Amino acid sequence: MRKIFPDAKSALEGLTFDGMTVMSGGFGLCGIPEHLIAALRDSGVKGLTVISNNAGVDDFGLGQLLGTRQIAKMISSYVGENKEFERQYLAGELQLEFNPQGTLAERIRAGGAGIPAFFTATGVGTLVAEGKEVREFDSRQYVMETGLVADLSIVKAWKADERGNLVFRKTARNFNPMMATAGKTTVVEVEQIVPTGSLDPDAIHTPGIYVDRIVQTVPEKRIEQRTVRQRETA
Amino acid sequence: MARTREQLAERAAKELQDGFYVNLGIGIPTLVANYIPEGMTVTLQSENGLLGMGPFPYDNEVDADLINAGKQTITEIPESAYFSSADSFAMIRGGHINLSILGAMEVAENGDIANWMIPGKLVKGMGGAMDLVAGVKRVVVVMDHANKHGQSKVLKRCTLPLTGTGVVSRIITDLCVFDVKPDGAGLELIELAEGVALDEVAARTEAGYTVKPGVG
Repeated sequence: MRKIFPDAKSALEGLTFDGMTVMSGGFGLCGIPEHLIAALRDSGVKGLTVISNNAGVDDFGLGQLLGTRQIAKMISSYVGENKEFERQYLAGELQLEFNPQGTLAERIRAGGAGIPAFFTATGVGTLVAEGKEVREFDSRQYVMETGLVADLSIVKAWKADERGNLVFRKTARNFNPMMATAGKTTVVEVEQIVPTGSLDPDAIHTPGIYVDRIVQTVPEKRIEQRTVRQRETA
Repeated sequence: MARTREQLAERAAKELQDGFYVNLGIGIPTLVANYIPEGMTVTLQSENGLLGMGPFPYDNEVDADLINAGKQTITEIPESAYFSSADSFAMIRGGHINLSILGAMEVAENGDIANWMIPGKLVKGMGGAMDLVAGVKRVVVVMDHANKHGQSKVLKRCTLPLTGTGVVSRIITDLCVFDVKPDGAGLELIELAEGVALDEVAARTEAGYTVKPGVG
């Protein structure tokens, strides 16, 4: 079975339907599946529940799907960089569920690993714990959080081999590996597809079993906060 | 004389110890990295998936795949390690990080902290703050003593939605330093900023506190 698709559009073909749940990797604009997000927008699919740590910026990343009103609900930990998000949320056009970042990461990891729920101390005594089971273990309170799965996960990796073994690069890894495990179907956007056998099996971050489709793209990789230091002049 | 931002960061750096793994929050806490004492090994964790954070890059070193949790471009150092967000928060939640230095909107006598949400205002989200305060062994808050309306941010009880309950160990403000005593035993004033008098702290603090003998 060939996992490699020629472009982002064909890589999503037959996988999208209105009201579906999509996980989208990335932290801010770092390590987001840029072309797959654009292809999702172009597919015209509506009523999406999107699970992603952030919501992109107005004209890039998931912000593009907000502009077209394709997202009905977001599950995120931080959405501070997106004005259109703010507007839609305040107007009641968009549902929002905030999860603490570590809880979000673990919910996705658990979902992909077949664990329906777990207990964490994060959020005990706060709004996050309201309506959830709290239980004591070793004299400390923990709140129950449920695992998350998605109809589709769109993921960004650096390299893939032809069987879908993945290598991520630097902090562009973030939520991508867990999301790859938690999608009923996982589509991965990579910068390089290399021949099977050319990756060191000991250095593979995500084994190909989690990857259904792969597309090679040239990402823009936009930077949110370009922060530099000055060279000291002699 | 109240401490400046830089002086707050410099004071907060005194919380560091050799060998510590540390997570620094956004704002003044980030500046603490500039005051790590010479010869001390402190490893900075960035919750988006990096242990061993280097300085900001020179212009020609900027890499879009290498950012900190504030989404600023950074660099790696020889000891750096990358990992997923799940691994990152396993470190945090699992108690493997020695110290977290964070900003706050309010801190209470009982160690409660509020730093993510003001009802009625747009809420951006808690990011990793709830995980950090719940999981890191020692949480130190660095903040201005008063908010922009001049009201005390050190309170008997927090009024804003909480980030965590009973989690703060120490509060460093532009006026002074409080220790949060264990088991809800309240605050102890342990240090005054240079030129700040006890009665100034008293006038500007809503919370109750005791004064460590010899201070003031």
